Amino acid sequence: MDRTTTEWNFSLNVRAGLLAVVLLVIGLGLWEGLNQVPILGGGGGELSEYEQLMAGADQTAKVPPPSEVLVRAWEELSNPFYDAGPNDKGIGIQLGYSLYRVLTGYLLAAAIAIPLGFLIGMSPLMYKALNPFIQVLRPISPLAWMPLALFIIQDSEASAIFVIFICSIWPMLLNTAFGVAGVREDWVNVARTHELSPLATAFKVILPAAAPTILTGMRISIGIAWLVIVAAEMLVGGTGIGYYVWNEWNNLDLTSVIFSILMIGVVGMLLDLALGAVAKLVAYQE
Amino acid sequence: MSHAFVEVQQAAKRFPGARGSDDLTVFENVSFKLEKGEFVCIIGHSGCGKSTIMNALAGLDRFSDGAMIMEGKEIDGPGLERGVVFQNYSLLPWLSALDNVRFGVRARWKAWDEAKVTEHSLKYLEMVGLKDVVERKPAQLSGGMRQRVSIARAFATKPKLLLLDEPFGALDALTRGVIQDELIKIWSQDQQTVFMITHDVDEAILLADRIFLMTNGPEARIAEAVEIDLPRPRQRAEIIKHPHFYPIRNYLVDFLVTRSAIMTSSELDGNGLRYPRAVNPIALAAAGDDAVDTPTAGDPAAIDTDQKLVRFTPKETHHG
Repeated sequence: MDRTTTEWNFSLNVRAGLLAVVLLVIGLGLWEGLNQVPILGGGGGELSEYEQLMAGADQTAKVPPPSEVLVRAWEELSNPFYDAGPNDKGIGIQLGYSLYRVLTGYLLAAAIAIPLGFLIGMSPLMYKALNPFIQVLRPISPLAWMPLALFIIQDSEASAIFVIFICSIWPMLLNTAFGVAGVREDWVNVARTHELSPLATAFKVILPAAAPTILTGMRISIGIAWLVIVAAEMLVGGTGIGYYVWNEWNNLDLTSVIFSILMIGVVGMLLDLALGAVAKLVAYQE
Repeated sequence: MSHAFVEVQQAAKRFPGARGSDDLTVFENVSFKLEKGEFVCIIGHSGCGKSTIMNALAGLDRFSDGAMIMEGKEIDGPGLERGVVFQNYSLLPWLSALDNVRFGVRARWKAWDEAKVTEHSLKYLEMVGLKDVVERKPAQLSGGMRQRVSIARAFATKPKLLLLDEPFGALDALTRGVIQDELIKIWSQDQQTVFMITHDVDEAILLADRIFLMTNGPEARIAEAVEIDLPRPRQRAEIIKHPHFYPIRNYLVDFLVTRSAIMTSSELDGNGLRYPRAVNPIALAAAGDDAVDTPTAGDPAAIDTDQKLVRFTPKETHHG
């Protein structure tokens, strides 16, 4: 029984992998094929001077084909940390800045959201008192805070971190409160009949019981934070992957834009995988 | 006046009624004593408030009225001197079987080092036959194994009073029998005082020194305290051959099937403090010559004439 299941999973994985590769090849093929620069001169002849100036006969600009993006990716990734001035830094440096901002804002948010969520989850009074504020503050787009943050903090770097902080705090806060409030009474009773102090109860029973829910909130938050950092850096400028995308757009270097879009996706996936691994550690089966 | 080990006096539980209606009284005027080392079972239909009594003794719930005293001190809130085994095991699912027991042992003896905690926990897990699965999480254990872990956790902390809330309610008959034997074994070593809820008459006879019988709720009472004078150690296979077994069993079943529903609270409420009437079905059967006219041989569902608390109608005698 077990063996057949494993075999089935194995073959399913293999088949899924094959299908993904096929889809990738088809997609890239279509993209490449539809974006060919037209045959020069319409019939193999010499280009006119005008045509040469206009980069071929095509009047409309085309999205660069994947082959170009791959070449650019190779160039960038083979030397990710070069620094040739304010507007020319390697992709690794730009991603590093973004990650630094995201993690700083995110960890600050976690440091406040998790204890506060504990409080809200354990005290119906605090829940009722704080809920109106949460409900009003939560739907505000993080970027809407930007002008106010820039005015109050007067530092673009710190403002970007604040925006990350404010956008990642809500899912962690609500999930922690929800997880803590939902801890089964039986387990709390186990702590009570064993005369555990409130602090010991919080750490030995409620925290492990609510950990999977808290981790879900943390996972949602890191996703949102990574979404928001790109937009925030486009506004703030200077460094970071968001600024890089916008800068390459101003340079009309669409190849780099596409490459950096892909990098944003890859890093976002890695962040999610990392938190997913942590979530696995604290998961339990009832 | 000296107190018994545990005393509950005139306990009541009421819930506020809907607007305009009276409060709902689940039970009231419930008083009883537990002696040290005694094994007492409490039987009654659902809704009579057994679990409330148990949870109040555990300190997890409160009576609306009444007092609880253990060793001369009022019971107020949960404590380690009272261990609880819940019907749904209440194991912490993120801890292994061993860690669940260690959780209790560590809470009980804070000064112990890790090695001693582990050794003590393993000893009790071995007693319930779980030596080989101590590293498994509760989700990887069967229902019977989980309840064994729960029992090991409760006994390992050596509480003075052990409260068991239908510990075998969710188990199949075979598993139940095995764990009952283990419970007897582990109990006979430590001689703790045990107070246990059960729905199973045979289980109660096998385990208990006395069985409290509760009338039906609302307004339930503990009507009688039936003495089980079967010799110990008892074994499931042997006990049914004892001549006293069936008289006792019939008496209990008769109570649950008929008398629990028709005993009225006014009959049971004396003036002020009233402890459940002590009943010995065997002695009753021997003495109650005028009442024993039922076809069942050895039927103890008889009346002692000097107590006016219980009155049988002809219909009842029929059922008996």
